[in-house]
Amino acid sequence: MESLADRTAHELSGMLAAGEVSAVELTKDALGVIERTNKALNSFLTVSDVQAMSAAKAVDEARARGEKLGPMAGIPVAVKDVLVTKGVTTTAGSRILEGFVPPYDATAVQRLRQAGAIIVGKTNMDEFAMGSSNENSGFGAVHHPWDLSRVPGGSSGGSAAAVAAGQAVAALGTDTGGSIRLPAAFCGLVAIKPTYGRVSRYGLIAFASSLDQVGPMTRDVTDAATLLEAISGHDPADATSLEDPADFTTGLDRGIKGLRVGIVKELFTEGMEPEVAAAVRRGIDQLVSLGAQVEECSLPSFKYALAAYHVIAPAEASSNLARFDGVRYGLRSPDARDVTEMMMRSREEGFGDEVKRRIMVGTYALSAGYYDAYYDKAQRVRTVVIRELEAAYENFDVLVGPTAPCVAFKLGDRVNDPVAMYLADIATIPMSLAGIPAITVPIGLADGLPVGLQIFGPHFSEAQILRAAFALEQSAGFDSRPRRDFAHSAAPQAKPGQP
Amino acid sequence: MLSFDDVVARYEPVIGLETHVELGTQTKMFCGCPTVFGAEPNTQVCPVCLGLPGSLPVTNKAAIEATVRIGLALNCSIASWCRFARKNYFYPDMPKNFQISQYDEPLCSDGYLDVEVDGELFRIGIERVHLEEDTGKSLHVGGATGRIHGATESLVDFNRAGIPLVEIVTKPVPGIGARAPEVAKAYVAELRDVIRTLGVSDVKMEQGSMRCDVNTSLNKLGETWGTRTETKNVNSLRSVERSVRSEMIRQGNILENGGHIIQETRHFHEDTGESTSGRSKETATDYRYFPEPDLVPLAPDATWVKELKAALPELPRVHRARLTAEWGLSALDMQSILNAGAVELIEQTVAQGASPEAARKWWLGELSRHANERGIELGDSGVTPSQVAQLQKLVDEGKLTDKLARQVLEGVLAGEGDPAEVMAARGIEVVSDTGALTVAVDEAIAANPDIAEKIRGGNQAAAGVLIGAVMKTTRGQADAKTVRELVLSRLSN
Ligand SMILES: [Zn+2]
Repeated sequence: MESLADRTAHELSGMLAAGEVSAVELTKDALGVIERTNKALNSFLTVSDVQAMSAAKAVDEARARGEKLGPMAGIPVAVKDVLVTKGVTTTAGSRILEGFVPPYDATAVQRLRQAGAIIVGKTNMDEFAMGSSNENSGFGAVHHPWDLSRVPGGSSGGSAAAVAAGQAVAALGTDTGGSIRLPAAFCGLVAIKPTYGRVSRYGLIAFASSLDQVGPMTRDVTDAATLLEAISGHDPADATSLEDPADFTTGLDRGIKGLRVGIVKELFTEGMEPEVAAAVRRGIDQLVSLGAQVEECSLPSFKYALAAYHVIAPAEASSNLARFDGVRYGLRSPDARDVTEMMMRSREEGFGDEVKRRIMVGTYALSAGYYDAYYDKAQRVRTVVIRELEAAYENFDVLVGPTAPCVAFKLGDRVNDPVAMYLADIATIPMSLAGIPAITVPIGLADGLPVGLQIFGPHFSEAQILRAAFALEQSAGFDSRPRRDFAHSAAPQAKPGQP
Repeated sequence: MLSFDDVVARYEPVIGLETHVELGTQTKMFCGCPTVFGAEPNTQVCPVCLGLPGSLPVTNKAAIEATVRIGLALNCSIASWCRFARKNYFYPDMPKNFQISQYDEPLCSDGYLDVEVDGELFRIGIERVHLEEDTGKSLHVGGATGRIHGATESLVDFNRAGIPLVEIVTKPVPGIGARAPEVAKAYVAELRDVIRTLGVSDVKMEQGSMRCDVNTSLNKLGETWGTRTETKNVNSLRSVERSVRSEMIRQGNILENGGHIIQETRHFHEDTGESTSGRSKETATDYRYFPEPDLVPLAPDATWVKELKAALPELPRVHRARLTAEWGLSALDMQSILNAGAVELIEQTVAQGASPEAARKWWLGELSRHANERGIELGDSGVTPSQVAQLQKLVDEGKLTDKLARQVLEGVLAGEGDPAEVMAARGIEVVSDTGALTVAVDEAIAANPDIAEKIRGGNQAAAGVLIGAVMKTTRGQADAKTVRELVLSRLSN
């Protein structure tokens, strides 16, 4: 069944402005799709139907009064459940936060509201954003809308599935080591991880503070640019937030003639699926035909990025997740004899295996006597990655490579092999470590599933990589219309989301 | 059992002090919550200081400035670049289960503070001055003692969580022998005065805005330093002195009996003056410090630091030296003023018009006696420097005798108002009406004819008896000098 929410935000904005459709109709459509498909996908943990409808009504009324509306006015958007929402349950995909209702909005959420977006609900995710398949959620796995037996990628798997299935027009995800780029690539979406500090982290439940960033997940580059522009900008509540004017929509179609593009050799890893590599190569050929000067280059430190990441991220996580102890909010284990036992039992019962694994790894890496060998060394690797990238950007405007070494894999395939799971992020981690912006754009199919090409530039080069992605998108002609053929087939066993 | 004197005859102490000072900033260290003392529990909180998921800290610049000023006053170098660090440990009154503190990159380091004990100067090295956030407070209810043992419920008040806390750590102080307890106390007192002079904290030990941990070790004379213990919970100047003394005696007796000292944390009890064992080193927490990723590094601008240094107020030692000269005192006089905690009070009294001698007389005499009797601080007696100055003015103008002035002071201490009000209410005044006095003098002469005869005979010393009689009938309100003149003139030939 056709749904209004299957279109892109910029298309719908035109229709809304022309009075061809109302925000209420649009929101109703999106909520209808959620109702019909969420059982199969398990992409939403909370559906804010009542709030969404009243927000949509308010937008229509404001429009009728002739008020100036924001760039996302009336557009149904999904928000990853790691961003706190005032008065709406926020769990970060963890049982330890089951039923937690935050008293405040994350800055990105606040800006989304200011832009007029209609927040339809909170999406499922790997617990505390730790995972690459969305199978680590405390509330059940999310299913890939193109093939329900496959994963949508993680950790922003719920947001990716929601947009890919037309449950929302766009979504916010968060990216620590690839968590918006990987699921976007798996689900045939555009997503950009901004420069670290571009979007405020205030209200983003921290996984790894020095890596976390909020970013848009959309059906095309224009929507990504618009949504990123709406949520960007300095926030006095985040000390690491940057002051840099955000204009990503102007000149998006300027083309890439003469753009110096470097193909990073190290991102075509051993073990990469050949069909994925072939699709990415075809995408690079298109860049050449669009007038870019393409050349291969080498960044040897990328080989060590994954290992460095798996020290730094868990180290920060072990400290960030210490606050979940049952004292002030979230799950409190009953019947403990004293406060220490209560804290220990609450954490034991509330956290899933992957979260516990990373807390243990991180605690170990920061321990007296091991700090220098692990955390400090990993930070030095990080510095080398940054230096090598800086050197590369002397010769290239942007660098490219695959977003993932594989297509969406089968549910259950990698759950018992953490290292195989971690390898899914091998091509997205270096940019996170360096804090540079990176975009993934669907380039074609491999084995009938989407493949993403990744374009990344120096700090603050969002406008440039968006321009390159836009050019590529126009020539690739990827069909980004939502898939939900499954709605007519038998729904697989998915745990229902928490309403 | 070795006494303190026995211990110092055989062993040499090394002490070190860690002092925490709550800054008196308007807002907390990393959020905008107010810092007022004594508010209803959990009313001065927000997502940041409650450690709610997603919240982030933002540094309070006023706290940085206050810390840099403390560092400068303690002759420290100020770091041109440094970072906050997370100190990780689980505790129910710590909202994030880590404390934002500083580790190997303190804001201020390597300074000193000179302190005097009985005219002898001791230079105490300052290792570091750094900034961190305070924790909340646990309350245990349902038990008899208010302690966790036996309690049925624990409540946490997070009003204090996130209040900026400056930690000042001394270098080890060796070579002070029997003086160790006094030097420790003098250091804390001097530090308190310095910080009060800077106006960055109210440094009230009884309210916990200044708290001390004392490190003590003993070694045989001429040998390497011994194992140290850390005594926590030392919350008054008197306790600083007592805790060092009791720990030296405790360690001395263990060593003397062939035992050895365990490196541990000990808790001082104000009531008994003794300490009890806390955590030992073996079970000590590994704090897993690492640089705080939610904050950007601090880089105090050199010009700004220079400006702060130039704008420092006159520090207590310099200030006291100037006052000693201005008031014409000996070093010993100043020491006793200092010991009584009366420098500021006398200074303010002088500023209100009293002479330095008179101000000193009141504060070190009547008022000190009063404070000692009640076991309170001199400044808390309820009499203001202005009232003391008013009282002295009345004496100087002849409206009160010294004796009457003491009666008026009693009234002021009892909260009856300013001296003039007490005089009016109690009907206290010097009787200077010569008519009324002449009657009293004549009555005294009539009642003591033999004495009167002696005076007439030229024995003026005998006048004392008649003066005493007059003072008695006037209930002490007459001016003795006037009475004497009257007696002599009535009996002159
Ligand atoms: Zn606060």
